[in-house]
Amino acid sequence: MPALPKRFHSASVWALYGLGLCPALAAFYLGATGRLPGNPVKEFEHLLGIWALRFLIATLAITPIRDIFGINWLRYRRALGLLSFYYVVMHFLAYFLLDQVLNIPAIIADIARRPFITIGMAGLVMLIPLALTSNNWSIRRFGNRWSRLHKLAYVIAAAGALHFAMSVKVVGPEQATYLALVTLLLCWRLARKPYLKRKRQAGARPIRAPETEKAAG
Amino acid sequence: MPAYRPPRIALSEITPEGCFLSRRAFLATTAGGLLVAGAGARAAQAAALVAPKGKYTVDEDLTPEGDVTGYNNFYEFGTGKADPAANAEAFKTTPWTVKVDGLVAKPREFGLEELLALPLEERVYRMRCVEAWSMVIPWTGFPLAALLDKVEPLGNAKYVSFDTVVRPEEMPGQSGFFQPLPWPYREGLRLDEARHPLTILSVGVYGKTLPNQNGAPIRLVVPWKYGFKGIKSIVRISLTETPPPSTWNLSAPNEYGFYANVNPAVDHPRWSQATENRIGGGGFFGANRRDTLPFNGYADDVAGLYAGMDLKANF
Repeated sequence: MPALPKRFHSASVWALYGLGLCPALAAFYLGATGRLPGNPVKEFEHLLGIWALRFLIATLAITPIRDIFGINWLRYRRALGLLSFYYVVMHFLAYFLLDQVLNIPAIIADIARRPFITIGMAGLVMLIPLALTSNNWSIRRFGNRWSRLHKLAYVIAAAGALHFAMSVKVVGPEQATYLALVTLLLCWRLARKPYLKRKRQAGARPIRAPETEKAAG
Repeated sequence: MPAYRPPRIALSEITPEGCFLSRRAFLATTAGGLLVAGAGARAAQAAALVAPKGKYTVDEDLTPEGDVTGYNNFYEFGTGKADPAANAEAFKTTPWTVKVDGLVAKPREFGLEELLALPLEERVYRMRCVEAWSMVIPWTGFPLAALLDKVEPLGNAKYVSFDTVVRPEEMPGQSGFFQPLPWPYREGLRLDEARHPLTILSVGVYGKTLPNQNGAPIRLVVPWKYGFKGIKSIVRISLTETPPPSTWNLSAPNEYGFYANVNPAVDHPRWSQATENRIGGGGFFGANRRDTLPFNGYADDVAGLYAGMDLKANF
């Protein structure tokens, strides 16, 4: 795997933000100009929700990709996480402004009475502190507590996949795929420590790397 | 109404697809044959079917034809709204028969030609989907009562049950690993609902025979009920004494009742039914969120059928 030269790192992160917002911009343009077929508001709302879920899953996939394949894409994780936040907010705004057209009583009733909307809203609310602390200052300021807080991303991804599956009349292959991906990621969290330990031991035995490091330090 | 009305083509005059396909194989071997075959295919897909206007109409804009024929729920062809239009092309609707049996004096099979010979009329109806969207559609069809009269229901017949065709080889939703519903798709009505003058069997839409994705060649339209009651591609109608099973009701009884009358006061467990989104409003800002009417605006005609019934319990 050829590594990206370091001087392009920052540009590639900005490119990810730009590319990541393209589906929303394209769909908004098509919808606003009457070019989305059928039920344009639902199409747009649905597209935003799907991309939110994709970015959430991508965010959580960064760690297993590094653990298993040794590819370090950590520099993209913040962008992916924030993109998922932006998409969830847009998803909510599409529902609030375009779908329900500011009918606040109906929205409150939806949130209170419909479990899939309650779960979706909970996901949005949980994303807010994560988005607010997605900066270097917060990481330094909160230290270990930052890592613990950001484990919420797993709960949010599970909420997102459930929200999607519970919103449809029949759970089909698409919803099942997202549920399966989130389940896999959650399982990885449990399997990760023993896996890394074994990997370290297997790697360490012939060259005794940890000891060497310690000696050098 | 367009000034030009294309001549009506009797369904019996339409080349059966089998003949058409073998003709195409022959034509394909001759120069220019494919062009001719292409024109033939279009004609067979949507033959003109012009009928006089009936008294039932709606003083609202029609939903554009492209939305009526492109935004469908027909799970036999897939669960996405665009799936039926994309996947229904190979579905063969000729020849077609509808078997009418059960508690009737004269059970028999009807060829489609015979049903098309019944007095057809065009009716503009509102269509309200249980998913809180709606359309206004010009159907062509005949009252279901006209067909029921032909088989003479017996005195103990209380309900009418309907079955959709099962053809996994032509309906991708009916084959493979993931199948959203048990087949055949089934629906039912009380006999008085079935005999109500608003209840029609439709054979056409927008002045043409039904496109496959809209339930060709013959489907039920009950405008005061949620759209899923409008069973498509019907092959069997049976009269029974007990309430017949209906597919969505079996699949999720707390979400879809047997009656399924449009009712803004009774929410679906997962969404409100108080308002609806009118399809075909042209983009985000033309979108029409409007209030849903009791019995979809047909209360004057049908509310009497349910006098004294608790409509919250019998949703």
